[in-house]
Amino acid sequence: MTTAIVGSRILAALAGVRDPELDEPITTLGFVASAVVSPDGVAEVHLRLPTYFCAPNFAYLMVADAYDAVSALDEIRSTTVILDEHFASDAINDGVAARAGFARSFDGEAAGELDQLRIDFIRKSVMAGTDVVCRPLSRDPSDLSAAKLGDLPPSNALDRLRRRRRELGLPAGDDSPLLIDPITGAPIAADAVPLHLRKARLTRTSLDANTGICRGMLRHRYPDNG
Amino acid sequence: MYEKDGEKYFVVDSHMHYWSAGPDNWVPGAEKYAKGWIECFHAYQSLGPESTHWSIEKFMSYTEDDLIKDVFDDGYVDVAIFQPTYLTEWYREGFNTTERNAALGAKHPGRFVTNTRWDPRDGDDGLKRLAENVDRYGSIGVKLYTAEWNNGSRGWTLKDPGAYRYLEKCQELGIKNIHVHKGPTIWPLDKDAFDVSDVDHAATDFPDLNFIVEHVGLPRIEDFCFMATQEPNVYAGLSVVIGGLMHARPKFFAKVMGELLFWVGEDKMTFGSDYGIWEPKWQIEGFVDWDYPSDEFSDYPRVTTATKKKILGLNAAKLYGIEVPEEYRLGAGEGAPAARDDAVGVSTESPAASPA
Repeated sequence: MTTAIVGSRILAALAGVRDPELDEPITTLGFVASAVVSPDGVAEVHLRLPTYFCAPNFAYLMVADAYDAVSALDEIRSTTVILDEHFASDAINDGVAARAGFARSFDGEAAGELDQLRIDFIRKSVMAGTDVVCRPLSRDPSDLSAAKLGDLPPSNALDRLRRRRRELGLPAGDDSPLLIDPITGAPIAADAVPLHLRKARLTRTSLDANTGICRGMLRHRYPDNG
Repeated sequence: MYEKDGEKYFVVDSHMHYWSAGPDNWVPGAEKYAKGWIECFHAYQSLGPESTHWSIEKFMSYTEDDLIKDVFDDGYVDVAIFQPTYLTEWYREGFNTTERNAALGAKHPGRFVTNTRWDPRDGDDGLKRLAENVDRYGSIGVKLYTAEWNNGSRGWTLKDPGAYRYLEKCQELGIKNIHVHKGPTIWPLDKDAFDVSDVDHAATDFPDLNFIVEHVGLPRIEDFCFMATQEPNVYAGLSVVIGGLMHARPKFFAKVMGELLFWVGEDKMTFGSDYGIWEPKWQIEGFVDWDYPSDEFSDYPRVTTATKKKILGLNAAKLYGIEVPEEYRLGAGEGAPAARDDAVGVSTESPAASPA
């Protein structure tokens, strides 16, 4: 296989890595600065973020996930992922290279791993995704408490909502309720639907606003646009 | 003051700075942090209109003359509230200290309010310094930055017992307003540093203090809003919301404003330019002209002239006891600025008490 083909497979793998906070692929966010592979299968990926002080826990997750995604490719013999120009670059890059985990990478500064943090943000994605699929429906909100996922017209947004729910172990089949509590998976009672939808919209607004700011900051920091 | 279409707006810039961030102020060995910090601020400026962008050199070291011109002569501000940020691990004389702000303020009587700060990790010495600053500068507000680095620690929360000692001291010293700004780091680092639940605890336990969450908790607007509905003494500081979104992302700006007006209410939102990140002039002009761009926003609370007068100055004036001349006040029936119990979209008994 040529290095060009392997290179495109690396990019495809990186497209599966999301910013856990913004719930978007790092490729579309512009966080992949470069990805190259040598003829003998040595991959080197550089990531970049909107600011020097982006939160180190989320940064770590993206570097670690990128490492896992690329090193899982059959054609790749060894993988290096480097986060450029970040206050915690050294700790993150060295920690991921050594497969040390977050707590050991930030020795003494972290009490545990990042699984709970990741889960908390997938829950936010479920809330935001709920607004994305419900907003276009011209249905009475009280009607939605009985709606099932399978009642909705097929869409990318619905597929994505199902995937996020599955990642949390929440019901995601056609017969599953459209509106659920993202922590317990319990259906939302009719009288709680209006507030649930308000919360869903707010969560989506917050995510969208953050993504907008991050994109603007990245564009200022890396005007070349990679 | 600002006047448009016969309406007069009293402007309080409740969140602004006078920093010193040039290389001459960088701590040897910490240059990369000092440089990284100011470059990050400079990137925020890029979200404003292009004609208001500065070179990084000017941005690091703008002068007293720049500030007076931008904020007061051109910027319509009546009273500006200095919010200090120390960062003494990176900046030799601090980034933006109480002393530096107060020295400038002393030259311009009546124009500035000088807030101070504290850090619970400074222990008894810090308590003493807080009392001295209140005595010297008459501070009735503090700015807290929970992500500040301090002797190997990467941050703190308002839930820390040490922080409660300082909040008690604030009450004793007559401090009224606690401005909270979250940042990217915390101890331990595996927690979400932007989490605002600690403000919830403190606001419940210190009902006589006002907690103004700067940047409306960005990037956790949703957590902030859910929390603010339950706490009558929690306010939304709009710095970064207007500066960072109104020009760059007008549609998201409209949505964020709509959400804030619903969950927090117009009596509890305060304008802050975040100068020198953004000049106040374009923010005030744009905000007075602003309305929702389309019918898509029809189920958000309406925005009136009174809404804008409260947000641009009357709410903060009330929180800080700043005298507002008669001609700028609201008429009868137009509401009570900074009222704690008004305009909450969801009642305290509602299920919003348990954020998703």
